[in-house]
Amino acid sequence: MFPQTFDYTAPTTLDEAVKLLGGGAKALAGGMSLIPMMKLRLASPEHLVDLGRIKELNYIREESGALHIGATATHYAVESSPLVRTKCPLLAETAAAIGDVQVRNMGTLGGAVAHADPSADYPAALQALEAKIVLRGAGGDRTVSAAEFFVDAFTTVLNEGEMVREVIVPVDTSGVSYQKVPQPASGFAMVGIAARVKKAGGKVTEARIGVTGLTNSSFRATAAEKALEGTNGSAADIQKAAALVAQGSDANSDIHASADYRKHLAVVYTGRALIAAMGRAQ
Amino acid sequence: MATTITKTETLVGKRIRRREDPRLITGTATYVEDIQMPGMHYAAIVRSPHAAANIRSIDVKAAAAAPGVVAVFTGKDTEKVGPVPCGASLPDLRVPHHHIMAIDRVYYVGHAVAVVVATDRYLARDAADLLEIDYDVLPAVADPEKALAPGAPAVHPQWPDNTAFNYHQEGGDIAKAFADADVVVKQRITSQRLVPNAMETRGVVAEWRGADRQLNLYTSTQVPHLVRTLVAGMLGLEENRMRVIAPEVGGGFGSKLNIYAEEALMGFVAMKIGKPVKWIESRRENFLTTIHGRGHVDYYEVAAKKDGTILGIKLKIIQDLGAYHQLLTPAIPTLSVLMMPGLYKTKNVSADIVGVFTNCVPTDAYRGAGRPEATHGIERMVDILADELGMDPAEIRLKNFVANEEFPYPTATGLTYDSGNYAAPLDKAMALADYSKILQEQVEARKQGKLVGIGISTYGEICAIGPSPATPAGGWESATVKIEPSGTVTVMTGTCQTGQGEETTFAQIAADELGVDIDNILVLRGDTSIVQYGIGTFGSRATAIGGTALYFALQELKAKVKLFGAMLLESDDVTFSGGQVTCNKSGKTKGLAEIAGATYRAMKLPPNTEPGLVATHFWEPPNFTFPFGAHIVITDIDKETGDIAIRRYIAVDDCGNIINPLIVDGQVHGGVAQGLGQALWEQAVYDDNGQLITGEFMDYAMPRAHMMPWIESSHTITPTNVNPLGVKGVGEAGTIGCSPAVVNSVVDALSHLGVRHIDMPLTPEKIWKLANAGGTN
Ligand SMILES: Cc1cc2nc3c(=O)[nH]c(=O)nc-3n(C[C@H](O)[C@H](O)[C@H](O)COP(=O)(O)OP(=O)(O)OC[C@H]3O[C@@H](n4cnc5c(N)ncnc54)[C@H](O)[C@@H]3O)c2cc1C
Repeated sequence: MFPQTFDYTAPTTLDEAVKLLGGGAKALAGGMSLIPMMKLRLASPEHLVDLGRIKELNYIREESGALHIGATATHYAVESSPLVRTKCPLLAETAAAIGDVQVRNMGTLGGAVAHADPSADYPAALQALEAKIVLRGAGGDRTVSAAEFFVDAFTTVLNEGEMVREVIVPVDTSGVSYQKVPQPASGFAMVGIAARVKKAGGKVTEARIGVTGLTNSSFRATAAEKALEGTNGSAADIQKAAALVAQGSDANSDIHASADYRKHLAVVYTGRALIAAMGRAQ
Repeated sequence: MATTITKTETLVGKRIRRREDPRLITGTATYVEDIQMPGMHYAAIVRSPHAAANIRSIDVKAAAAAPGVVAVFTGKDTEKVGPVPCGASLPDLRVPHHHIMAIDRVYYVGHAVAVVVATDRYLARDAADLLEIDYDVLPAVADPEKALAPGAPAVHPQWPDNTAFNYHQEGGDIAKAFADADVVVKQRITSQRLVPNAMETRGVVAEWRGADRQLNLYTSTQVPHLVRTLVAGMLGLEENRMRVIAPEVGGGFGSKLNIYAEEALMGFVAMKIGKPVKWIESRRENFLTTIHGRGHVDYYEVAAKKDGTILGIKLKIIQDLGAYHQLLTPAIPTLSVLMMPGLYKTKNVSADIVGVFTNCVPTDAYRGAGRPEATHGIERMVDILADELGMDPAEIRLKNFVANEEFPYPTATGLTYDSGNYAAPLDKAMALADYSKILQEQVEARKQGKLVGIGISTYGEICAIGPSPATPAGGWESATVKIEPSGTVTVMTGTCQTGQGEETTFAQIAADELGVDIDNILVLRGDTSIVQYGIGTFGSRATAIGGTALYFALQELKAKVKLFGAMLLESDDVTFSGGQVTCNKSGKTKGLAEIAGATYRAMKLPPNTEPGLVATHFWEPPNFTFPFGAHIVITDIDKETGDIAIRRYIAVDDCGNIINPLIVDGQVHGGVAQGLGQALWEQAVYDDNGQLITGEFMDYAMPRAHMMPWIESSHTITPTNVNPLGVKGVGEAGTIGCSPAVVNSVVDALSHLGVRHIDMPLTPEKIWKLANAGGTN
C-alpha cells in the first residue's frame, strides 16, 4: 500500500494555500481519510498542500454569539475545548464519538466536512446546529449553510480550488444529544442522530434533528422536528416524531445493515437522542 | 553472571512473566520487515482483479522500462518452479496444478500474475501499475453450494462438478441408531469464512549467495523446516543449500502453517537477479491471498431417546476449499469429522464431506482448524435436542458425557480420548454462573419482556497433533539441549512460536529439570541452520510434544551430568538436584558449571562416555491429547435494536497440567476473542462475481479491545498420561469453546419466540428481525 509519487508543499499562510489550491493542488489536513485513499491508490493527487502549518486556520473562538472554529482544529481540540464543551456541547459530544484517539488527534473539522463521507459524524451535528461553513477561494470568502453545503456522498458545494476556512456554530443553550450506531468494522456511523431541544412553559419550542449515515448525505429531519414542536415532549410525543425521521429517505444498504434496518435504527436512535436531549433541556 | 545458582524454588506451575515480552513491547524485535541488507531489492506482485479469467496477453515493456525496475517476471517465467504443495492426501483427491503464478488463467481475485522487482519499493509499486494485462473475464462462482448446483461455472474446466473429493466415514450402526430413535433433530449450520488476520502480515526476504550456492530465506512462518524441505524442492535446490529463518513472527493462527507461492517466488527472484529481495504482504494482499479459515455448510441430524440419550449423529459437510489446495486444505474438514461426537458417548456416526472448489482464496487451518466447526455443530445440536425434549441443556450434556471410568475411551470416529472428567468444568462453570439463580432471573426477565440468554458449551478438542501416522509431514517434535563449558544452557526447539510464549514455558521446564536459574537458559528456534529438524508450532502441540522432547533431552543430559559429577566426587552414590551433584556419603558437591567445564576439558572421562554435554531428542507421541472444558455465556439482548451485550463470560478449561498459568490465561483470552469474532462480527464475504467485499478493515469487523467482555477464566486439571509432563495444549481451546456458547446463549434468549438456530455472525440486524418476528434465520 504505497501511494503514487506526489509533490508536497506546506505553506504558512492562507493566501499561499489558496493560490496553490487554485493551481490544482489538493488540500491535506489530518490525512485520516486522504492518506488511506492514496495508499490504496483510490486517490492519486499530484500535489498536496499541507494545511497543518497555517496558524490562521487553527483556532476556536467566540465572536458575537457564535463559535468560530478554524478548518484545521482537530477533532480532539473540538472535543476537549472548554469553550465548545460549555457553549456548544453537541459539537463536542459529536467530535468525541469520532474514530479513536489517534484519529481524533490527527483528523480535522475542515477535513471531515470537506470529505463529506456519508457516514461521518460531524454532519449530523452541523445540520442540527444550522451551522454555517465559510469557504475561501481565489475570489475571497463565501458562507453557506450546512444544509446547502452537503450535496451527496463525498460531494459538497466546494468548487475547484476552493477550501473550507471555518465552521460557525451558534452558542447553544438547548438540551442536546448525539447518538450513533457504529459500523462494527470501521466505527463510522451506520446511523448518527444529533438532537437539540428547547423547552419553555412545558412545551417544546424548538427541535432540531440532524441525521447522518442513513442516506448518501446528511440532512435535517424537518418533519420530525415539526411534529415535536409545540408538544409537551412526552415519551409518546417523541415516539411519534421519531417515527417520521426516515420517512421517504432513500436509505443506504450494505452487508452491515439493510436499508430497512438502517431506517429502523434511525427511528430508535432519534427517540433515544430526543429523550436524552429533553432530559437536558431546562 | 554466576552460572550455577542452587535453586530450591520450582518454576513449573508459576505465573512468571513472558521472557519474550520486553523486546516485543519495546519494539526491538526483528520481524522480516526489519531485515536490512546491502543491495536489497523490492518486489511488488501484480494480482488478478478478476475471480475467473483467461489471460490473453501480458505486456511488460512499460513496467520493465520504468525507473528503478530490474526485472519483471510473469507466470510463464516461473512455470518450471514446482507447484505449491498440498500435503494432505485423501482417496481420489483432485489436485489442481498450483503454479506459483498464474500462467494463462486466473482462479481467484488476488491470484499472482506477475512480479516487478525494483531498487525501491515505491518504484516497484508504481511500475506494477504499468503492466498491461488483457483478461477475458469468465463467470465465477464463490459460494460452495452454488458451485455444486448443476450448470455452475467450472472453477477448473477439467472438473465441471467443482468437486475436489467426496469423503465418507462411519462408525457403529447408524441405521439402527436412527431406527431406534424417539426423536430426530435436524439443522443446517454454517461456519462462515474468516480471515485469520495475524497482526504481522506475511513477508519474505530471499538472499542468494551464488558463489556458495546458498539461498537464505527469511519468512514469517510457523514451520521453517517444512518450508525449507518443500521450497527447496519447488526451486530444484538441494535442501542443504537452503537456510530458512523465521525471525520474530507476529501471529499466525494457522495462516502461516503453510507453504506459499511467494516463498518460492522470492527464492526464484533472488536467484535470478543475484541480489537480496524483499516482499512484504500488504494488508490488502493479506485479505485476498493468505489462506482463509472455516467455510463450512453442515447438515446435521441427531437421533436420540426421549430421555435425552444420544443414539447417533449424521453429518454432511460442504467444505468451501477455494480455488486450490494449500498445504492442508482438504484435510481440515476431516478433523471436524474426527471430533463430531464431541464429549458424548455415542458410538454411531456417519459423516460425508464434499470438498468444493470455488473462485476464492483457499481455506486452510485457522485457530482450531476443523474443531471449532465440529464443536459448534454438536454443541448447537445438543441444545436443539434439549429444546425439542424440553430438557435443561446442562442436564442433557451430563447425561451423555463419557464417564470418568471409561477412559481411555475409544470413540466412534476411531480416536482414543486419553483422559477426562467432563462434568468437572461444567459443574464449576455452573457454580460460578450461579446457574439456578440465573435461570430464575431469566424467567422474571421474560415476564417483563426482557431478553436474557444463558448459553453453555462443553467442548472437547484434539490437540498435540499428532502421532506421525496421522499427519502429512511427521507428528513428532525435536529438542536439543546444550550445556556450555561455563554452565549456561541453550535449548533448541523444533517448534516455532508465533507469540505463544514457548521461550518462557520451555525455559521453565529446563530450569526445573536442571535446577538452575531461568536466566541461565536461552531458548532458540526458527532457524534451520541452528536448530535440528523440527515440525513447528500449530495444533496446540508445541508444549505437549516439543516440551516433551525437551524433557527427554534433559533426562539424557542429567544422567550424563550425574556420571561426570560422580567421577569428580569419586563416588558411586550421588544425587543430582538443585543444579548440583551431591555425594550422598560425604555431602560434598560439584556445581553444574564445574561439571560442564570438566566434560569439555575432558582430562578424564567416565567409561564409555564422550566429552561434551549435548543431547538431542526426537519424541514421537503415542496419541493425541484431548483437552476439554465448559464455557457459559450470559447475554442481554436489546429487543429494539438487536444489540447483544455479554453480561458474563465464564470459561473453565481443562488443558491438563499447567506450566505457566499467566500464559494459559493469555491463550484462553486470545482464543475467546477470536471465537467471539466469529460468533458476532467477522465474515469474509465474496459477492457473486468472486470479489471480496470485506477486503479491508473498513468492512471486516475484527474484535477490538473495547468490544471484549470480561472473561472469568478458571481451570480444572486432569493430566494426560500421553506425555510425562501431563500437559494437553491450550492454544485453540478458547476459540473452540467460545462460538457455540455465545450462539447458544443468544438462541436461548430468543427460544421462547420460536427461534431454534441462528447462523454466525450474529449481527444485530438478524437478531432484531428474529426478536420481532421469531423463527429461524
Ligand atoms: C481509523 C479511522 C476511523 C475513523 N472513524 C471515523 C468516525 O467514526 N467518524 C467520522 O466521522 N470519521 C471517522 N474517520 C475519518 C476522520 O474523521 C477524518 O479525520 C476525516 O474524515 C477527514 O479529516 P482529515 O482532517 O483527516 O482530512 P484529510 O484526510 O486530510 O482530507 C480529507 C479530504 O478533505 C480535503 N480537505 C481537507 N481539508 C480541507 C479543507 N480545509 N478544505 C477543503 N478540502 C479539505 C482533502 O483534500 C481530502 O479530499 C476515521 C478515520 C480513520 C482513519
